[in-house]
This record gives sequence, structure tokens and C-alpha cells, in this order.
Amino acid sequence: MGLLSFYSRNSAELLGLIWQHVYLVAVSTGAAILVGVPLGVALTRRAAWRAPVLGLANVFQTIPSLALFGFLIPVFGIGAWTAITALIVYALLPIIRNTYTGIAGVDPAVREAGRGMGMTDGELLRLVELPLAAGVILAGIRVATVVSVGVATIGAAIGAGGLGVYIFRGVATVDDTLIMAGALPAALLALGADAVLGFVERRLAWR
Amino acid sequence: MTAALEVRGLGYVLPAGRNLVENVSFTVGAGETLVLLGRSGSGKTTTLKLINRLLEPTAGEVLVAGERAAGLEPTRLRRRIGYVIQEVGLFPHFTVARNIGLVPRLERWPAERIAARVHELLTLVGLDPAAFVARYPEQLSGGQRQRVGVARALAADPPLLLLDEPFGALDPITRVELQREFRGLEGRLGKGIVFVTHDVREGLMLGTRIGLMQGGRLAFLGTPDEFRASTQPEAVAFMSAADPGPAVRG
Ligand SMILES: Nc1ncnc2c1ncn2[C@@H]1O[C@H](COP(=O)(O)OP(=O)(O)OP(=O)(O)O)[C@@H](O)[C@H]1O
Ligand SMILES: [Mg+2]
Repeated sequence: MGLLSFYSRNSAELLGLIWQHVYLVAVSTGAAILVGVPLGVALTRRAAWRAPVLGLANVFQTIPSLALFGFLIPVFGIGAWTAITALIVYALLPIIRNTYTGIAGVDPAVREAGRGMGMTDGELLRLVELPLAAGVILAGIRVATVVSVGVATIGAAIGAGGLGVYIFRGVATVDDTLIMAGALPAALLALGADAVLGFVERRLAWR
Repeated sequence: MTAALEVRGLGYVLPAGRNLVENVSFTVGAGETLVLLGRSGSGKTTTLKLINRLLEPTAGEVLVAGERAAGLEPTRLRRRIGYVIQEVGLFPHFTVARNIGLVPRLERWPAERIAARVHELLTLVGLDPAAFVARYPEQLSGGQRQRVGVARALAADPPLLLLDEPFGALDPITRVELQREFRGLEGRLGKGIVFVTHDVREGLMLGTRIGLMQGGRLAFLGTPDEFRASTQPEAVAFMSAADPGPAVRG
């Protein structure tokens, strides 16, 4: 059975799975940005938090995804919430790390000039540090999103839906077309997210 | 009349116990330029940072236009003091106009007033407003950046200016050009200015008074003429470095 005829007969299901996939990635990445960017900023202000926070995020990053699902299922049960939580955990490290390095990389002379002119810490952050670090922060968000698209395919194993549903079903029934039916749009999603965020990154970064 | 700046017994000791600035006192009136001269590491930059509280003094008192600096919120204090740091530090993502208009913007001036002020200041520092407002710092030469830095420090019309080697990284010709222009500006501005340099000739040309720093202390304080005539060893060392004496003919 060809891929195209499979899609034409299952288009509603395909769109549903793509939507679920995008939803998993968008919600988790959004939450990771809301937590990770402020945390990254906090690390630039509190030297003592740096090693423990980055160390912990690093440890999370190295846990294999199926193992992480295993740890989270007792807490959140089977389904989307476990997958979203795992995706947030993976997305945090690149976002925190890039926010921190982006701001730490701002020319100290620029920061000192701002402080010397009477900018408050909030003004310095909002008007100078975040805009100058925007490119690096967005690069972190881009990495987090692309990784997330990949990890989200495994979410199907714990009932979170998404394009992994076709892949796992195809593996179980040894059906190459079904595997491809999930893998191809997942790969395209990752490439698309990478291209779009890369574009935003170039637009927003001042250089 | 209250002086633009009064510094009494200023001192700064590092937590480890090292003395970076010790017992520095001077007064700068409106229209006066105190030149802080001294070797590298003598404490000139540190003294400026103690005045605007980028560093907190461990001894002594600073009065800006008669008000105790220690009694003001640091950000409020700094908005009353124009400051050009040694590295200029223009914001690379802001145009020239936004760089210059930063403090007025923080002080919530209306946009037209900021634009008019930017125009006025660019003209004052010898840059054509039409050609420069929309440029970014990376599109400026070193000398133009220095000028924009000075204009930015003047933006909110502070009574006191702190300039840390503002002509430091320039070629000798541009440097002399800026020094001449600055000399013309001093009188017109009517502000108290503290001007840091390690260049004796620049100091003697621009200063109404010279303060010579040595190892964190003020080794000499007096007029340029008194400085030329001084027998204080560090002053003599600086004078002879500026004037190598008659050329030896072979
Ligand atoms: N944060 C700091 N911690 C420790 N030492 C410092 C600190 N800042 C400055 N110093 C030291 O204080 C001394 C005075 O430094 P300062 O920057 O005031 O010198 P300066 O006169 O401005 O020199 P230059 O002409 O090279 O700019 C130097 O010996 C410097 O190494
Ligand atoms: Mg210095």
C-alpha cells in the first residue's frame, strides 16, 4: 500500500495526529520558555545558583526519554500530561543555558555604561541585556523545539498521541508504510520548526 | 554658590584590605574642569566610580550640587551625573539618536523634546544630525563614537560630568582636534567636569585645575601653572615625560 493512498484514506486521522503532536511540542516549549528564561536571568544575578541549577538541568537532559516517562507515570498517569512534563524537562536545559550565556556575553562596558547612566536593573535587563542576548536565547529555544518534536514521537508509547502513533503501530504490525506515515511528517515538522525559528532568530537578533 | 561636586576624605578599601583610594578631597565648581592625572592603576577610574556610587565609598563624603550622594537612590544620583566610561560603551543595538536620548527617555520626556535635544547635542559635539541620528555605533569611527558618548552624557543636562579618558583610543590628530573642540565646549557648558587622563599635555590644556593621583592618593592639587612649577616628584616625572627637553643634535 502506497503512502499517498494511505494518507488520502486517513487524512482526518493524520491531521488529528499532527495537531496532537504540535500541541505537545507547543505547550511544553511554551512552558519551558516561561520557566527557563526567568531562571536563566536569575542565574546571571545569583552566582551561587549557577552550578546547582545548570547541573540539575544537565542531569535531567541525560535521562533516556522512556526512562523519564517511567519515572513520571506514577505521578501524572498515562497520557499527554506525562509527555508534556517530560518534554518540559528536556527543553529547560538549552533555554536556561542559552539565556544565561547570552546575557553573560553582553559586553561588560555596555552594562557598566548603562548602570553608570542610572538605569535600574530592570531597565538594563529589558532595554539592553535581553535585546542583545535575544539571538542566543532564540537559538536555545530552537534547539529545545527541534528536540521536542523528536521526543514527542515517543509520547505515543504512553498514550499521549501524536505522530508516534503511526510509528509504533507500524513497528508492531511490521508495516513499513505505516512507520513512514508517522516518521515523514514528524521529520518535516522538525525541519519546519527549525527553519521558522531560525528565521525569527535572524530577524530579532540585532546582528 | 554650591559647587557642582565636593569630595571630602574619599576612601575605598577592598574587603581583602587593600586600599585603592585614600583620603581624596577636592571641589569642582560650575564651569571648572578638574583633570585627574595619574599613571595607570593610580586610582583615577576608581575615584570616578566612587563619585557616582558604582562603587560604595568606605570613607568620606561626596556632595553633588550640594546634595549628599550617599543620601540619594543610586539610580537617581547617576541620572544627575553625566558619565563617559573609559570604553565609551555605546549600546550596539540602539541608533545614535536612541543612545543619546536614553536618560531623557528613562526620565519620561515627551518624544519631540527628546528628538529636539538629540539634534541640539549632535550639533554641539560637531556631528551633522541628519547624517548621524539613524546610524548604529558599528557604523561610526572611533572619534565619532567618543563624540556620541559625550553627547549621551550631556543629554539630561546634568550639573556634573565625569569623563574617563574620553579621547583615549584615538589617533594623535583626531585627539588634538577633539581636545580643541572640547576646550571650546567647557566654557559654554558651565558644568562641573572631572576629566581623567594620563596625558599631561591634554590635562594642562583642558584643566582649570590638576589633581595628580599616585597610589590612590591625591599627590598634588593645583592650577596648571602651579603643576608646571611643582617640585613634587611625581609631578616632575610627569612634566619631564611630556617635555623630553631640547633635542640632542649630532
Ligand atoms: N574590582 C577591583 N578589585 C580589585 N582591584 C581593583 C578593582 N578595580 C580596580 N582595582 C585596582 O585598583 C587600582 C586602581 O585602578 P583604577 O582602574 O582606578 O586605575 P586607573 O588610574 O583608572 O588606571 P588606568 O589609567 O589604567 O585606567 C589598580 O591597581 C587596579 O588593579
Ligand atoms: Mg582607568
